[in-house]
Amino acid sequence: MSQIEKALTAPHVIEYTYKRSLGPVLSQFFTALRERRVVGVRRKDGTVLCPPKEYDPDTGESLGDMVPLKDTGVVTSWAWVAKPRPQQPLQKPFAYALIRLDGADTPLLHAVDAGSESRMKTSMRVRARWADTTTGAIRDIACFEPVD
Amino acid sequence: MSDKKPEEKEGPVQVLQTPVRLEYVFSAGQSASRLLGAMAKGKLLGQRCPVDGRVYFPSRGSCPQHGVPLDGAPVELADKGTVATYSIVRIPIEKVPLELPYVTVQVVLDGADTVLMHLLKCDVDKVHMGMRVQAKWKPREEWTSSVENILYFEPIDEPDAPYDSFKEHI
Ligand SMILES: [Zn+2]
Repeated sequence: MSQIEKALTAPHVIEYTYKRSLGPVLSQFFTALRERRVVGVRRKDGTVLCPPKEYDPDTGESLGDMVPLKDTGVVTSWAWVAKPRPQQPLQKPFAYALIRLDGADTPLLHAVDAGSESRMKTSMRVRARWADTTTGAIRDIACFEPVD
Repeated sequence: MSDKKPEEKEGPVQVLQTPVRLEYVFSAGQSASRLLGAMAKGKLLGQRCPVDGRVYFPSRGSCPQHGVPLDGAPVELADKGTVATYSIVRIPIEKVPLELPYVTVQVVLDGADTVLMHLLKCDVDKVHMGMRVQAKWKPREEWTSSVENILYFEPIDEPDAPYDSFKEHI
């Protein structure tokens, strides 16, 4: 059979409109974000998890002792995104980074708007840039930016 | 902290929207493109297996049983067929042009040896295995290279097909 000129193509979108019930601990985290604050949760040994968890990852104990944190921190790891995709947090080259906020012992995944890859460095200091309007979601922090 | 003003208090945030959206460009490939091109002309093209002669519709271009390419001349099929099995749907789904409750059917088109899943416009109390049905096409001016040219199937006034003619599909 003869080959056809060109295979047909069509856009194909799959979308799942999930809603997640937050529970008491994450509810406090997202409510704080809406107020442009960050909170973590304290474990029995005194260390602080941010993002907070409902249960201690080592012991399984219930957690709920919320701790206010600063919106500054340190990059512990990062990856440069040279060509952002439409759903990503910034529409210009940026870094995804693990950021340990001041007062926390675990890192939070977020975007860093550093302008260029050469400015990114593990151990660099960053500060949250808050969104103009907040809704109680992780994007209430628009991104982080380097602190000189 | 930020010097921007906090939002008005609205009670605690208890639910998070976390949509997952996957945007693909689907390529139909050679075989399905040929089938869809024929759909635009109101034709149903199947493909015959060179090993056992079974006719596949819709065809993916190779025989799933023998692993050989289906590269012979396409086989034109009737837009009539036999209901092999069916299911009654009572929960709405987007883009279905029938009112609830409606019927989904596995149709063996005349000349084909595989089933086609489609909708049947029919009183849900009347549908049965072996029922003879025919495609209801969109108006010709709305035809595109899409399987959606067929809106649904409808019962036709023909005697039921014998069980043996479709039993392998149930
Ligand atoms: Zn075969």
